[in-house]
Amino acid sequence: MADLHTPDALLVKNYVDGSEAALATLIKRHESKIYGFIYSKIADRDISNDIFQDTFIKVIKTLKSNSYNEEGKFLPWVMRISHNLIVDHFRKTKKMPMYRETEEFSIFSIMSDDTLTIEGKMIVDQVELDLKKLIEELPDDQKEVLVMRMYQDMSFKEISEITGVSINTALGRMRYALMNLRKIIDKHQIILTN
Amino acid sequence: MGKIYSKKALASKNLKPKKEVVSFLLNYSRALTVVKIEDKNFEIIAN
Repeated sequence: MADLHTPDALLVKNYVDGSEAALATLIKRHESKIYGFIYSKIADRDISNDIFQDTFIKVIKTLKSNSYNEEGKFLPWVMRISHNLIVDHFRKTKKMPMYRETEEFSIFSIMSDDTLTIEGKMIVDQVELDLKKLIEELPDDQKEVLVMRMYQDMSFKEISEITGVSINTALGRMRYALMNLRKIIDKHQIILTN
Repeated sequence: MGKIYSKKALASKNLKPKKEVVSFLLNYSRALTVVKIEDKNFEIIAN
């Protein structure tokens, strides 16, 4: 068998012409160098194996689709592909670092579920109901501004236009509304917290 | 003679990919056919 002395360019040509054995020889000849190169950057065997596999999948697809221009640079070409995949890998892990669970480290120490429990939801609903009752105790002009601002999401410009007063007056009414709400809460000694 | 405290380069361990990976690549290559129609490439994997 002349495989050991067959140059890469000829093996590539044979492979493109249909010889699967030529691919086997190419991989065997260069696997250490390519895998070693990947591992020297990644330092993880499993990921290095993945990148090695992805590299050769690209090589195989390119050769089989006759898109490869043989210029006697098979190995540099393959190394370039693996280098680009390594860069892609680092870009991906930088954007989305992966945390693996170990005995000392639980994923829940950095991930938490912020959704309210049923109890939490009930408390929020009760607080909102109580707040609405308190707002009813405000003078009409202050109540109007407060409702438009907090519940209808209006700007002070819009509020002043609709109520027919200046922006400063609207701002003043809002300020008094909040001050009075605090007084009412203190007067009745209400607790309004989650 | 004193100890040599030089760090061993990772590449010097003569590393190789897993046999399963190489085997997969060879099988994949055997199963893959690429057909070019106009300017599009179609990859066909035979089972």
